[in-house]
Amino acid sequence: MALDKNGIAQRIAQELKDGFYVNLGIGIPTLVANYIPEGMNVVLQSENGLLGIGTFPTEEEVDPDLINAGKQTITLQTGSALFSSADSFAMIRGGHIDLTILGAMEVDENGDIANWKIPNKMVKGMGGAMDLVASAKHIIVAMQQVDKSGNSKLLKKCSLPLTGVQCVKKVVTELGVYDILPDGGFKLLERAPNISVEEIIKSTEGKLIIEGEIPEMRFF
Amino acid sequence: MINKVVENADVAVVDIFEGATLMLGGFGLCGIPENTIQALLRKGVKNLTCISNNAGVDDFGIGLMLKTKQVKKMISSYVGENKEFERQLLSGELEVELIPQGTLAERIRAGGAGIPAFFTPAGYGTEIANGKEVREFDGKMHLLESWLKADFSIVKAWKGDTTGNLIFRGTARNFNPMMATAGKITIAEVEELVPAGTLDPNQIHTAGVFVQRIFQGEKYEKRIEQRTTRG
Repeated sequence: MALDKNGIAQRIAQELKDGFYVNLGIGIPTLVANYIPEGMNVVLQSENGLLGIGTFPTEEEVDPDLINAGKQTITLQTGSALFSSADSFAMIRGGHIDLTILGAMEVDENGDIANWKIPNKMVKGMGGAMDLVASAKHIIVAMQQVDKSGNSKLLKKCSLPLTGVQCVKKVVTELGVYDILPDGGFKLLERAPNISVEEIIKSTEGKLIIEGEIPEMRFF
Repeated sequence: MINKVVENADVAVVDIFEGATLMLGGFGLCGIPENTIQALLRKGVKNLTCISNNAGVDDFGIGLMLKTKQVKKMISSYVGENKEFERQLLSGELEVELIPQGTLAERIRAGGAGIPAFFTPAGYGTEIANGKEVREFDGKMHLLESWLKADFSIVKAWKGDTTGNLIFRGTARNFNPMMATAGKITIAEVEELVPAGTLDPNQIHTAGVFVQRIFQGEKYEKRIEQRTTRG
């Protein structure tokens, strides 16, 4: 069965390592915070100037001076730090953040990503996405592999305006987990539960690399 | 002791002129100069270019100045929460320049720090790169980006003193410290204005040298865009 948003987030959470500083984008990536393994120390960065995002507040704890990049009210984790937007992007650009997880509309076999603009639709802006994808040490994309009309979003070449080039290293979709290889191509690592390799082949427009038996994802 | 205190927001904006370039602090509605925006509405000054990460919402923040058609151009990274904005953009009444958020923050910082330009990897290979000089450093491609400055920077801090020293609170800091450095005239509105010597010098985020005018805001609504609780 294809994964839902929570399933994708849960699978991505398995990529976290103890001591990681992580930036989570808006949408599915935000849900990854719900699946950080017990006892693992992960510090979440918010581009608007915070390291150490805590839980959502109780009604009494709500503080208009504490929000995340999605403008939601939040709390501070123990040991958190606050800073300016310039310092925040110095962390991002300077390679101090270990992992960036973000959503996408399209990803292609060269690791190019499109996630900010659809021609002839209202353009809202790229926010921090271009800075993040240009600089992060490791980028995982959480996305839907197939759109509502059945078209693959893992492409040979992105068709939408790009956010960044040759930057995505790993993609987790409702159907599978893929590494994007340095010389191009989606290498299939895992299948979603009860999804066949044939279905994945059918749902991938870009170059797909399949070697040996492909295991199913495991959720602990 | 230099005294930067002005009586209120209306006095602070008295010489903001038609066609001026303004920087306005804030991320979403967090840390925005609410009182100065109200004064700009009362003053009615038009054709403003506003540099601000976002454009407010329909009935708060910069959104209020869009409604009164005081803004000619917005320079922002994300403007998604505003219907009037969308209407004016699609009808051609409003110009918009979208800049990656980190590049926006650094261009403002550069403007205040006397750095005319710098290279950043953000936007390489995208339409943001059009017309920009590209240079390779350590095998990676970068774009040349130039500084941003403003006729007036309008920032909001938590506490400030009569000499213009500022302390921010929580994520309301965001763009405010850099903008404070990049205005020919910087106007700071604060929740609490105290006499010089009251704030601990070790805790000052923005030194008073960057601030020309300071006042205590009359009231702060601090509207929340996405009230999210864990119940």
